Amino acid sequence: MSIQTTASKISFQQVRKEFLVRGNGPGNASGKTGSDAAQRFVALEDISLDVKAGEFLALVGPSGCGKSTLLDLLGGLTTPTSGRLLLDGKPITGPARDRGIVFQQYALYPWRTAQQNIEFGLEVAGVARAERREKAAHYLALVGLSAFADRYPHELSGGMKQRVAIARSLAYEPEVLLMDEPFAALDAQTREGLQVELLRIWRRTGKTILFITHSIDEAVVLGQRVAVITARPGRIKQVVDIPDALHSETEDVRSLPLFGEVRHRIWELLHDEVSRATVLGHKPVATIEKEELSHA
Amino acid sequence: MPSAELTTASLSLSANGGEAAQHDRRFLRRLASLASKVFDRTAVLLLLAAVWEVAPRVGLTDPVFLPPLSEVLAAGWQLTLKGQLTEHLGASLGRALVGFLLAIVIAIPLGLLIGWVPRVANFLNPLIEVLRNTAPLALLPVFILLLGIGEVSKISLVVYSAAWPLLINTIGAVRQVDPLFIKAARTMGATPLQLFHKVILPAALPSIFVGVRIASASAVLVLVAAEMVGAKAGLGFLIIYSQYNFQIDLMYFGILAITSIGLAFNYALLWLERRFTGWKISADAKG
Repeated sequence: MSIQTTASKISFQQVRKEFLVRGNGPGNASGKTGSDAAQRFVALEDISLDVKAGEFLALVGPSGCGKSTLLDLLGGLTTPTSGRLLLDGKPITGPARDRGIVFQQYALYPWRTAQQNIEFGLEVAGVARAERREKAAHYLALVGLSAFADRYPHELSGGMKQRVAIARSLAYEPEVLLMDEPFAALDAQTREGLQVELLRIWRRTGKTILFITHSIDEAVVLGQRVAVITARPGRIKQVVDIPDALHSETEDVRSLPLFGEVRHRIWELLHDEVSRATVLGHKPVATIEKEELSHA
Repeated sequence: MPSAELTTASLSLSANGGEAAQHDRRFLRRLASLASKVFDRTAVLLLLAAVWEVAPRVGLTDPVFLPPLSEVLAAGWQLTLKGQLTEHLGASLGRALVGFLLAIVIAIPLGLLIGWVPRVANFLNPLIEVLRNTAPLALLPVFILLLGIGEVSKISLVVYSAAWPLLINTIGAVRQVDPLFIKAARTMGATPLQLFHKVILPAALPSIFVGVRIASASAVLVLVAAEMVGAKAGLGFLIIYSQYNFQIDLMYFGILAITSIGLAFNYALLWLERRFTGWKISADAKG
């Protein structure tokens, strides 16, 4: 509401996002039934949140809480229905290379090798070939995949694909990295490995990272703060500070009693939300977004 | 017969010692597996050829209406010696290629446009639905009436019949591009033009190639029919002319020649497809 936003990298100010959805599905928010008339669906309501430069913020919430909508807003792929969304104090008007997005399904181009995938953003930005090569090589090395530069995505494991995707987003050097449940499709072992690696990359690059996840453990391990989001409409229920002790590089933080405590606190915050979302019998947000995309 | 020579050659080499013998055995095994693979692929064709050769000779069919394969090939050889095969083959190949390439040049860009721009699609869709459900051969008289019986009408018909599978597949290919690919490119700041040629085009290419191959088959089919109706050269003409003159062996040879053109087109396109979408084919093999 006021103009105290210049200190933060990203600032959500009472952001609200509605979609028009076709109204004949069960479990709609409003009572109208049987009609094909478009109805308003509130995905996000009154989101106010500030993310500091260089901060690692994790967002955790039940499925259907509008996390992906939040990310689309940040990516500039859609605009808020009301409220303001600022990056460096300026409203986000569209997609740009100052924000990089890492998707859960990798979104790597199957006709490009790992190296060529990483070069994509640079290519689109008009960076010269030699510089592209060099940067791609640098970021391939950063994610530990130098030996796999010439492999196509289908020749890589899920974990490797996600590393390539992370490298691709880092390659054009955005200030903010937006990650949409990037490790959700990976097995537990790979996921933990990548979490450690992501923290290392974050410390080395000093990026501001917004990390969306449905895993409380993951949020606690990664985030300096964890924002708990409620379901339908998505609201920020609480932002929990994670003690620095839980971000030790050497210890197995998951075995600390403190980890359990923090985890449990967030679990309790989420628990009501999960049961509420179940009672509401939600329609997955993904389908709504697709509808919106196809209209766009 | 070349395999027999190779076998004796490698056997004589094996005297050189244990290592060489092992090498030879591996070589022989590979040769044997290659031979059996070639046999597997061609066995059924060889069987067909054998039946064709034997059936008229033992009286299973009337040799007048189905001459043995060897006689058909002999007649074809005579035709080749007289230089007439080149003439017919050249005429058909020329029309097919020109028509097919024209169809590609027209239909693929149009399909990309329709697939990418919804307004163009909405405008053209009803027309496309009507026209593509009109069998091209039904239009053959119309083409002849309007364009005469020269090359123009035949090539136009080839263009027409090849254009539809190209158009439909290209439109579908563009529409089926994974929205996530587009989303990712947009977040990386790709302009609409970059999005198109760096994402839409490569993602659509495999499906476009499916259309290209259907179109090539369709082009040959329609061409033969057109040549049968009104032409002075071409394989379709050869087939129908031979039938009228009761040169049944030549008629069959014409049919074989058409088949060869179809096969050649198909393999050439497969080769092109593998060059352009190599990533796709190796992904399929793995998946």
